[in-house]
Amino acid sequence: MWNKIKDYILGLGIPRLTIVGFLAVLFVIAFITGLAIPPLIGDSLRRVGMAGIMVLAMLPTVRAGIGLNFGLPLGIVSGLVGALISMQLDFTGFFGFFMAVLFGIPFSVLSGIGYAWLLSKVRGQEMMVGTYIGFSSVAFMSIWWLVLPFTHPEMIWAIGGSGLRSQLSLGNHFGQVLNNFLRFEIGGMAIPTGLLLFFALFCVILYFFFRTKVGLAIDATGQNESYAIASGVNTKRMRTIAVVISNVLGGIGIVAYAQSYGFLQLYTGPMFMAFPAVAAILIGGASLHKASVTNVVVGTLLFQTLLTISLPVTAQVITGDITEIARLIIANGMIVYALTRGSGKGGR
Amino acid sequence: MRIRDLLKNNAVPIVFAGLSIFLVIASRMDPVFLLQEVITRLSRNSFLVLALIIPVIAGLGLNFAIVLGAMSGQAAVIMITHWMTTLTGESTMLALFRWQGGLGGFLFATVLSTPIALILGWLVGKTLNAAKGREMITALMLGFFANGIYQLIFLIGIGTVIPMTNPRMVLPGGVGLRITVDLFNPVGRPVRSIGAALNNLILPRIGLIRIPVVPLIIVASLCLFIYFFMRTKLGQQIRATGQDMYVAEIAGIKVNRIRVIAVMFSTVLAAWGQLIWLQDIGTLNTYASHEQVGMFAIAALLVGGANVKRATIWHALLGVVLFHTLFVVSPVAGQRLFGQSQIGEYFRAFIAYGVIALSLALHAWKQRKSK
Repeated sequence: MWNKIKDYILGLGIPRLTIVGFLAVLFVIAFITGLAIPPLIGDSLRRVGMAGIMVLAMLPTVRAGIGLNFGLPLGIVSGLVGALISMQLDFTGFFGFFMAVLFGIPFSVLSGIGYAWLLSKVRGQEMMVGTYIGFSSVAFMSIWWLVLPFTHPEMIWAIGGSGLRSQLSLGNHFGQVLNNFLRFEIGGMAIPTGLLLFFALFCVILYFFFRTKVGLAIDATGQNESYAIASGVNTKRMRTIAVVISNVLGGIGIVAYAQSYGFLQLYTGPMFMAFPAVAAILIGGASLHKASVTNVVVGTLLFQTLLTISLPVTAQVITGDITEIARLIIANGMIVYALTRGSGKGGR
Repeated sequence: MRIRDLLKNNAVPIVFAGLSIFLVIASRMDPVFLLQEVITRLSRNSFLVLALIIPVIAGLGLNFAIVLGAMSGQAAVIMITHWMTTLTGESTMLALFRWQGGLGGFLFATVLSTPIALILGWLVGKTLNAAKGREMITALMLGFFANGIYQLIFLIGIGTVIPMTNPRMVLPGGVGLRITVDLFNPVGRPVRSIGAALNNLILPRIGLIRIPVVPLIIVASLCLFIYFFMRTKLGQQIRATGQDMYVAEIAGIKVNRIRVIAVMFSTVLAAWGQLIWLQDIGTLNTYASHEQVGMFAIAALLVGGANVKRATIWHALLGVVLFHTLFVVSPVAGQRLFGQSQIGEYFRAFIAYGVIALSLALHAWKQRKSK
């Protein structure tokens, strides 16, 4: 038992240990300076629920041997289209939220199929190509946000401009519907039950998915492609399925994120959203070749808690907002570390 | 047959030339203004684009980590500007910095930025050696990571760890540098930074067009340097490493060392390139000037017809002209064609990202086919 724990801790590697240590230090400072910790924990749970599904989107592509899905913004903009249609039709509450998710899925499936086809042509460079597919899809859709024929007065600029606003308030549509579902408070800690349940639902779905025949075939594709082919797996198809699932999760993830945030962010908003998601799963213990639902949950919990509590805690010690800087250093440092680990057998 | 090959091998620049010409006509822009813009941008941006060539030849792909070089240049500019605005009138150093309208300061900044860039380049090279086969994504992420460290130093470190009081540059709270630092030297006032230090040396007019001769001469000499450098022994070793690492290793070339050297060259050139860029722009956007350097330089190089494995001086120069023509005219063209300049702005962002995505994809695709 002790050996197992020791192995686990040693296997974490220096960056993860640093992050856990940093988090511990922050909690100690919070405790000493008398910060109210329960609201902070409630806040970080909310952020875990917000970001969770987008982190989960990293899982299928890693398992299929494609690597981390840096092209997440493609799924995100597809999901945004669904949310916009739901808003345009003036759907509200839970119905509005679920219709946003449903409307988004066909777009993310279609863009996912195209993305998967492209990735199949660039084997070995999927992450680099994916990054720029993500960036260009954001820039491409920015043009469309200006010209698409949406007419709802809450969505377009009131005066002096045309096209969609850059931030769309969801207050009258489906803002906070998940967060407020079965929401309760204990000891000053607000628990966004619905949001957490929604995230948990997708964790469970993915967990069981990787135990189905298709899920196992995706795993086999990622672990040893020639062996998978020899056992009769259509590896190309499996990779396509993995990319499409990832893309769809990105689309659903952004809707869940936006309902909690209260705004849909268009234009350059989704540009850099892949990197925190990539960092979270890596912090949870995943590598370029291996990842599990546990990695997603642990990573999201650690990363989001760190981000949530670092602002109020560091504000007590130093002046200036260090949170954004900490996010940059931790997230991108973690990604660089992961990229330099493992065999240099090219891109995977 | 030869014409067909020529078209096929230069598809990207030809398409972009067509697109540029179409947008220039659609924008109905004043040709003199456009020519001025393109000449200015050629003198301002070419050095940074040329800084990308050596790592491509060394087989490291597009060096997104030139951002770190740009940061080294900016660190030097920050130091020099600080001294130039705080040293008192009689100081000899100040006189040196102010020599020739800020040229002294510019040269000092060049000297200062070099060791910083060498160290950062060495670190980048080491890191990229640990990530063979995925150098580009690693370099890109390194750029983002370094940006975090940069902000930590200049937004939090200044005024807390680094003792610096200079109301011109430090935020009113006493901690962190201002978002913009003015480098511009107003006519008739004492020189206070490196703004236009090179441009103003010789600035003849031809008709209505001003030509910044000195930066253009520097760009030309860098082209010559790269041309002759690639013919030296070290240059040949870099080329051999890029063609096939394993063969090069067997031939007795220390591949890892060569790769680190290539990255260090690129980082130092990027630092100097950023200095040239900044003296032309005249304003340091402390937290933003370096961010997009990598992307714009790479997009320009690719528009010129380079790819992940092959880049020449001509790709770089042609790319700067085409990409920046597009950059200047697309908002105006968007205004004329759709009544919205924003469409043009997003369009040029899409072009920049899209050309990188397309070029990376095409290259990876070809490489797989040829296997």
